[in-house]
Amino acid sequence: MTESVSGISGMIIQKLLANPKVPRDIDGNSKIVEDLAFDSLAVMNFVMEIEDELDVSVPLDKLADIRTINDLAACLHTLKAGNA
Amino acid sequence: MTDIFAKHAGLRAAYEGLTASSPRNPFEVVIERPLSATVGIIEGRETLLFGTNNYLGLSQSHRAAEAAIDTARTMGVGTTGSRIANGTFGLHRALEEKLARFFGKKHCMVFSTGYQANLGTISALVNKDDVLLLDADSHASIYDGAKLSGAQVIRFRHNDPVDLERRLGRLKDHTGAKLIIAEGIYSMTGNVAPLTEFTAIAKRHGAYILADEAHSFGVLGATGRGVAEMQGCESEIDFIVGTFSKSLGTVGGYCVTDHDGVDLMRLCSRPYMFTASLPPEIIAATMAALEEMEERPELRIKLQENAERLHSGLKAAGLATGEHVSPVVAVTLETVEEAIIFWNALLENGVYVNLSLPPATPDNRPLLRCSVMAAHSSEEIDKAVAVFGAIAKQLGH
Ligand SMILES: Cc1ncc(COP(=O)(O)O)c(C=O)c1O
Repeated sequence: MTESVSGISGMIIQKLLANPKVPRDIDGNSKIVEDLAFDSLAVMNFVMEIEDELDVSVPLDKLADIRTINDLAACLHTLKAGNA
Repeated sequence: MTDIFAKHAGLRAAYEGLTASSPRNPFEVVIERPLSATVGIIEGRETLLFGTNNYLGLSQSHRAAEAAIDTARTMGVGTTGSRIANGTFGLHRALEEKLARFFGKKHCMVFSTGYQANLGTISALVNKDDVLLLDADSHASIYDGAKLSGAQVIRFRHNDPVDLERRLGRLKDHTGAKLIIAEGIYSMTGNVAPLTEFTAIAKRHGAYILADEAHSFGVLGATGRGVAEMQGCESEIDFIVGTFSKSLGTVGGYCVTDHDGVDLMRLCSRPYMFTASLPPEIIAATMAALEEMEERPELRIKLQENAERLHSGLKAAGLATGEHVSPVVAVTLETVEEAIIFWNALLENGVYVNLSLPPATPDNRPLLRCSVMAAHSSEEIDKAVAVFGAIAKQLGH
């Protein structure tokens, strides 16, 4: 399934594009706050959706270091690997 | 030199956009003075207050005022020190004993505000080896306490026991302590937490549970001990935190528990140790308000009746209210522009409520947060509902 970092990144982008307010031209390097115009609460709520998809929980302090979609994918990948 | 305020550019733009579209600044409403619990002077006009946390009307209690005056005369107006140094008077101990008795718990710690009660309790209970599970809609003081603690923070979906259990399941190999935090009544929406279900989950997963009853203390439960009392799960809640600044009408916060371990919290909880203790007249007023609350259970009954009257009235006027009937009634609107127009019109027509805007609201939509008091008369509630209804009609609801 979506176990590799790029696979997770692709899944995140798909989920984001389901929201019509998100710009159409996003990729793995898009910055979540700046390029997607998400505020801190929107980021936390979006991450909750991804958590369900991958069956992991992302502690909030980890979110502080995340800028891009690829950062988020890498973080989820590490957490997922740690759980396995 | 780097502009130290540059980071606020986004906030400034949002603020200026908002204030430009509003005839008055929603962040600078001044209650020139209260005339009673339910009426205040705003912009020179008598205005019905439907946006306070003064649920029992006790901020205007004569008995509490007299107690404060007497105590200020005999003991002065401040302690000038922290609880662990030179700021503990006999009154602080007396209030702690009284609250512990009221809740039927062994221990009570009093803090200088409710905000600090959360900061001081959470940061002393958990550290980086532990996990906090917070309801996603938790108050800022809970998030800030979590940050101060350094613990790992995991949010679960608001009021969702299934989601909480799923997240605890993922932590089955975690070796540190686990602490679940939920509120009794949520301050923005009036939603009531399923605390009984949460306690059962806590037990299954070996987690502790803390309930912040800030808005439910004095309001729910047969004797006003909150949602845990109402739902019959008080003995299963490890820590109850709350505030004096709402139903008791003064200021200050507390944590009550049966765990003997809290004794040492007095020596490691920084928000408890490094701030001045409550002034004696505030303690005296708080004790008097607590006595009044205990002696007048009819206040709680009246409050519940008033909550039902406001809730059903707003619903009948076609407004989107929450499902829980509690003294906080939130009217959800679709756009910030409409919320600003609506809120201004209410104030111009003599009704004060709280304008709550995203991201401080749960689902990104603006709210008109109304709160009702035991002190409101039926006529005052009906008048507020009528004003709401007329404005809604004008705005095409
Ligand atoms: C849920 C909750 N907890 C804590 C607080 C903090 O209480 P206080 O304002 O008394 O410091 C509030 C209110 O501000 C609150 O709504």
